[in-house]
Amino acid sequence: MTELIASTRRVIDLRVLRYNPAEPDVRARFDTFSLEEADGMTLFMALNEIRETQDPSLQFDFVCRAGICGSCGMLINGKPGLACRTLTATLPAVTTLAPLPVFELIGDLSVNTGKWMQAMSERLGTWIHNGGEEANLDHLEQPMEPEAASDIYELERCIECGCCIAACGTAQMRENFVGAIGLNKIARFQLDPRDQRSNADFYELIGDDTGVFGCMTLLGCEDACPKELPLATQIAWLRRRMAGLSG
Amino acid sequence: MEIIRTDVLVIGGGLAGLRAAIGVKRRGFEPIILSLVPPKRSHSAAAQGGMQASLANSHKGHGDNEDVHFIDTVKGSDWGADQHVVRMFSHVAPKAIRELAAWGVPWNRVQRGERRAIINGSEETFAEADEAHGLIDARDFGGTEKWRTCYVADGTGHSMLYAMSDQAIARQIPVHERMEAISLIHADGRCHGAVVRNLMDGSLRAYLANATCIATGGFGRIYRVSTNAVINEGIGAAIALESGAASLGNMEAVQFHPTAIFPAGILVTEGCRGDGGLLRDRNEHRFMPDYEPQKRELASRDVVSRRMEQHIAAGHGASNRFGEHLYLDIRQLGETHINGKLREVKEICHYFLGIDPASELIPVRPAQHYSMGGIRTDHRGESPTLRGLFAAGEAACWDLHGFNRLGGNSVAETVVAGMLVGEYMADFCERTDDAGAATLARETLRHEASRLQAICSNTGGENPFALLREMQEIMTDQVGIFRNGDNLEHAVATLRSLLARSRDLGLRRQVRGANPELVAAYRVAKMLKLALCVSAGALARTESRGAHYREDHPQRNDRDWLSRTLAVWESSEADMPTLRYEPLDVMAMELPPGWRGYGPKDHIEHRDSPRRQQQVDGAASIDDRYQRQAGLMPFAHLLPERFQGRNERLGDPNGD
Repeated sequence: MTELIASTRRVIDLRVLRYNPAEPDVRARFDTFSLEEADGMTLFMALNEIRETQDPSLQFDFVCRAGICGSCGMLINGKPGLACRTLTATLPAVTTLAPLPVFELIGDLSVNTGKWMQAMSERLGTWIHNGGEEANLDHLEQPMEPEAASDIYELERCIECGCCIAACGTAQMRENFVGAIGLNKIARFQLDPRDQRSNADFYELIGDDTGVFGCMTLLGCEDACPKELPLATQIAWLRRRMAGLSG
Repeated sequence: MEIIRTDVLVIGGGLAGLRAAIGVKRRGFEPIILSLVPPKRSHSAAAQGGMQASLANSHKGHGDNEDVHFIDTVKGSDWGADQHVVRMFSHVAPKAIRELAAWGVPWNRVQRGERRAIINGSEETFAEADEAHGLIDARDFGGTEKWRTCYVADGTGHSMLYAMSDQAIARQIPVHERMEAISLIHADGRCHGAVVRNLMDGSLRAYLANATCIATGGFGRIYRVSTNAVINEGIGAAIALESGAASLGNMEAVQFHPTAIFPAGILVTEGCRGDGGLLRDRNEHRFMPDYEPQKRELASRDVVSRRMEQHIAAGHGASNRFGEHLYLDIRQLGETHINGKLREVKEICHYFLGIDPASELIPVRPAQHYSMGGIRTDHRGESPTLRGLFAAGEAACWDLHGFNRLGGNSVAETVVAGMLVGEYMADFCERTDDAGAATLARETLRHEASRLQAICSNTGGENPFALLREMQEIMTDQVGIFRNGDNLEHAVATLRSLLARSRDLGLRRQVRGANPELVAAYRVAKMLKLALCVSAGALARTESRGAHYREDHPQRNDRDWLSRTLAVWESSEADMPTLRYEPLDVMAMELPPGWRGYGPKDHIEHRDSPRRQQQVDGAASIDDRYQRQAGLMPFAHLLPERFQGRNERLGDPNGD
């Protein structure tokens, strides 16, 4: 019985783009790894199996392996997605994996999204600006409408995986474009009554073609977002606000 | 060789480390944070269900305060916790949540008027007060008397971590990402920083600091089946252990979460049961009321996990192609509730199980989840035996959780510990100005460099990935929910032989740069040492307490075991930890040992318990709760002054 099951399992090929910046003399290449598919196998399991049994030098990033931390964004047959929650059963017999474009390459499938996100956060000030006032922690918290809190959370579900940037036409061409992720963050803080920044302040941050007017409305961001955030709506909404201010 | 100097080195960029660094910076000192990953990817983000703080805003939280939170936490710990620390924690938790609210966390808020909820399997209706409208809401969680768990849908940790990380960015606190501390720099009982490996290019450097704080989270990945992120390998705790000076406390106290999806081991939040979800067996029978009539699905995690395994062992488990399991049923909560407040659960079910939890049962089985044990510290978060070394959060054992942690107390602990330990480290920096000698740093750096070189040039036959796998199998199979002397002896013996084999590694590839095979190779001995602390501690502790359950010693034994285990690794040649015990003083307890309110009522009493209980009963006539508490076990003087104030609540403006 066991043998029967084993013999009916599919063998899949993963073609992985390889490059190790610490060995610049070795040219970038595709390596193909074959492995037997297991029940419920994800790309997280498959890549770890390859590293443990075939090539221990293979670089990739996983942290939560549950689709919530955003570490494992990569191009899966050309499309940005989270590898940890991609079941191999949904993939063809040969699958090509490549690192996300735009971000600095660390090695193989690992890219430095952290550096990019940090720069974006510093530039846009992705925190509550309240004039430096410290809350008195002994007192009751400021009330907030329940709906306002839920609306903010809708936009805060972003996990900074970088898929929207990898899927963005403008980001490929314009190095300092803040992307859907940056614009979504601005929308999130603009919605937050605790943030004292005015629309004019936000205009200063995103009111040009490195911000909201750089978007070409190709909607790759929204298609690629693993959290299904309403990115296109946010960009359209911000544009309307910002256009009103620019005159 | 590069040496970087700073006032405070924080190892770990999750909630505890970030908050500690913010506290230090506020006080005018310069912190540097090291993180294995970009901080927003830390495992803190995985805390779904919520954070306990006794705000008492919602109807089901009425009457809640620090006293009730304290009692729940001590009972949850099965009296293993340090009660002074529990008091400090329950007092500061409301402040922590209010600070996070000011920093932008979109806590779910109370909606005035009629509210419907599923409680114990049936719908109840109650009213939320007008004056509570817009204040922070709470949901029910296991082992608590009140609805106390504040939440942001089921992405609580995510929102907290993002707000905290963004605060660190706002305050220009440097985070050195993809950096791993592999050894502490220390001499004569004083810690001076760490030697650190860059995970992107493989280079080594030393960080010299006046105070060093380990906030690296738990070590769940020594188990095969764990809800933990893959970075939770416990290297922070391991380098403290390898110092030979610091000790690890209560390493045998390991929590198993009742509802990990089967077989992937991915967590679905306790909020599912808090919001009314039920556990069912192969016949869809709701079995928890049969075992725990008082708290049912919402007994503490150790109890629920044991009952589930017991039920499976009795032949009531369902089975699929991966093996036996039970079901979590949240269908009755309805689609709107699930889409709003349990959407991460819904996503996880969709992607990993291919099911819709609004209409289908979720296959679950308990999995390793949390490390109550960790680097032993005093109430200030400092190691009593290695000065200048601090620890905070899951990596630490200042001992908030004893032998079982309550759901919702972990994210609360990370932030509260960060707030407190940040202050204490700043105090430390004010008192001492000694960033350590560069000579010592260079020596440690050279030593680590040659150790890594030795691994690379070794030609032994052992494969680090295979050793890790064997360790994980043993831990899950023999040092799990049900333990006994025979299995534990076997586990200890096998782990010792794995440790010996780990000296005979051979790398298959010689590559420059990050080199993931080398990473596995230098981590394996560290993880095996932790696994040995857990197993040896579990073997020695011949009683059952909280999550540590011995089939051959099923009673809690306060007479002989009301003590904290301390594990020390005395020399680099040792192949076993040395265990010592630190007794808990019943006569100093505000809540003397008794029955938890769930689980069996059969513990062996400590000789001081009745006497102390009498004293506590005698204080019951004092009306003022603050005065009564202060008479029994004063703690306010242990807190930094800025966190001593009383907490205001609705209808209780002065916190009286």
